[in-house]
Amino acid sequence: MAGNSHGLFVWNGHMALIIIQRLLQSSLVLLLVAFVAFSMFRFVGDPVENLLGQEATLEDRAILTERLGLNDPLPVQYIRFVGKVLSWDFGVSYRTGVPVADMISERLPATLELALISAIFAMVLGISLGVYTAINRRGWLANFVMSTSLIGVSLPTFLIGILLIWVFSVELGWLPSFGRGETTDIGGWDTGLLTIEGLRSLVLPAVTLGLYQMTLIMRLVRSEMLEVLREDYIRFAFARGLHTKSIHQRHAVPNTLLPVITVAGLQLGSIIAFAIITESVFQWPGIGLMFINAVYFVDIPVMSAYLILVALMFVTINLIVDMAYFAIDPRIRSGAGGGK
Amino acid sequence: MGNWWQSDLFYSYRTNPVAVISSVVFVVLGLAALFAPWISPTNPFDAGSLNLMNGFTPPFSANQFTGDYFVLGTDDQGRDLVSAMLYGMRISLMVGILAVGLAMVLGVTLGLVAGYRGGWVDAVVMRLADVQLTFPSILIAMLVAGIARGLVPPDQREGMATIILILSIGLSDWVQFARTVRSSTLLEKEKEYVQAARVLGRSHLAIMFRHILPGIVSPVLVIATISLALAIIAEATLSFLGVGAPPTEPSLGTLIRIGQDFLFAGEWWILLFPALTLLLIALSVNLLGDWLRDALNPKLK
Repeated sequence: MAGNSHGLFVWNGHMALIIIQRLLQSSLVLLLVAFVAFSMFRFVGDPVENLLGQEATLEDRAILTERLGLNDPLPVQYIRFVGKVLSWDFGVSYRTGVPVADMISERLPATLELALISAIFAMVLGISLGVYTAINRRGWLANFVMSTSLIGVSLPTFLIGILLIWVFSVELGWLPSFGRGETTDIGGWDTGLLTIEGLRSLVLPAVTLGLYQMTLIMRLVRSEMLEVLREDYIRFAFARGLHTKSIHQRHAVPNTLLPVITVAGLQLGSIIAFAIITESVFQWPGIGLMFINAVYFVDIPVMSAYLILVALMFVTINLIVDMAYFAIDPRIRSGAGGGK
Repeated sequence: MGNWWQSDLFYSYRTNPVAVISSVVFVVLGLAALFAPWISPTNPFDAGSLNLMNGFTPPFSANQFTGDYFVLGTDDQGRDLVSAMLYGMRISLMVGILAVGLAMVLGVTLGLVAGYRGGWVDAVVMRLADVQLTFPSILIAMLVAGIARGLVPPDQREGMATIILILSIGLSDWVQFARTVRSSTLLEKEKEYVQAARVLGRSHLAIMFRHILPGIVSPVLVIATISLALAIIAEATLSFLGVGAPPTEPSLGTLIRIGQDFLFAGEWWILLFPALTLLLIALSVNLLGDWLRDALNPKLK
């Protein structure tokens, strides 16, 4: 247990090994996803016909087939596909004829801002409500919050969105129900966070997207906190006569946060996936809306690009969560966890 | 012993009011969906019988032009909402049940084989499951829907919509079954009755499906019930997004999609009633699943 006495970011052999192992696993997952994306492009519909339309001459078709390299052996095509993806080239959209990479960079800021704000909303409100409901376990407000959260969990995302639109846009007229409002361009990044209209447009989608994650985090923090409050060191702290507030803040809360980081990190992945639904309800011009339109119009290059992009995000998030775990829990870092 | 087990489960059922109420709600809605062609006031798919003058009739009142009465009102085309919902529920439930059936057959088979055979079969199936679990199942369902739509000629997409839905939800949902069945199989296959069957010279297939499978039915049942609620919501989500059941053959999700368009104009009922029905179904199945999980869990007895 020597590792316990080290500082936070100690790099030892055990940790390096595990991180290298995780990196290899992640690359394997990404290669597999790239294979699925490649197979979609190659075998779902005829790429040449989709790009040229049905009126193209045989000669045109032959030229494009050669140019796309469709005459080469399949492994060669796959390797070339991976190479192109690595240089951020996802081909051309069947429907619009625009390079998919351009569509993504145009729409990615909208999705990332939405995901970020709803993740912050979910974390901040989820943790504070979780701590509150755990400390005031018998209070009427805590009980009310808990039972309301049950309803929130069983509502599908799109119904939450519609419900919010109904109340806050249609009936009360307080907040906009679609689009991003006014955006400002800062260095190629289209942000909606700098204008009042942009921020107002963000409220309903962010709440819709974050609500489920918020209830999840809240319930998790609550049960962890209740668990921690029963531990001996907390009871000794009370016995020593420390202030209730300082016990909660300095001893109980930090110890509940470890599992929360894992779950919250993994939930960030589902936020990006569920953004598809939210973006569709609010006509939010992000990559989720782009994806669902691609599914509707069978725009294969856009679909496979989205798949690769989301896989990349998920794998990165998982890696970061693993590392955060290392940084926080000394038992895993020193390798002592495995010996138990 | 079988009878005793069953009566034990039944005792837990009739002493649990939540289980009784939710099962009654589910059975009533299910029967209504099943017999929709006989009990529904009008045929919502018969475009000839619709009267556009009846469009946007509010609920609980007669139409101001034609004087026709519709309990829950009509949509933009004058379609009776009760009928549309009965038929919509039929599609939602059918897709949900068949999708879970597909996921169950696929997951149970893969899980049994992976757990029983072990080795590379196990490794491949479980790595595949891990990769799929990295992504939320609704995303997988959308992806499969997109691929399936691409493989079907454009003019047949509407006709194949139900099959595409079942396929995409079923393929997105097998992992839970496979993982549970695999871990139970790993435990069961070491037990004496399996070794006895092996000594008696029964084939591997027979051991897996006739001996091991009956012993691990209860966790499969629990997962199937919870999956059903998720599948019904997934179907509604896909249809709401426009890549599920088409407007010509609307499911509850499609009706909600249509209803959202009219929300701003104040025609709230086209949205509200299908949404409430969907919630009622999902909630009752969910509560049933919760009860079943507790009732079949030996640790809680």
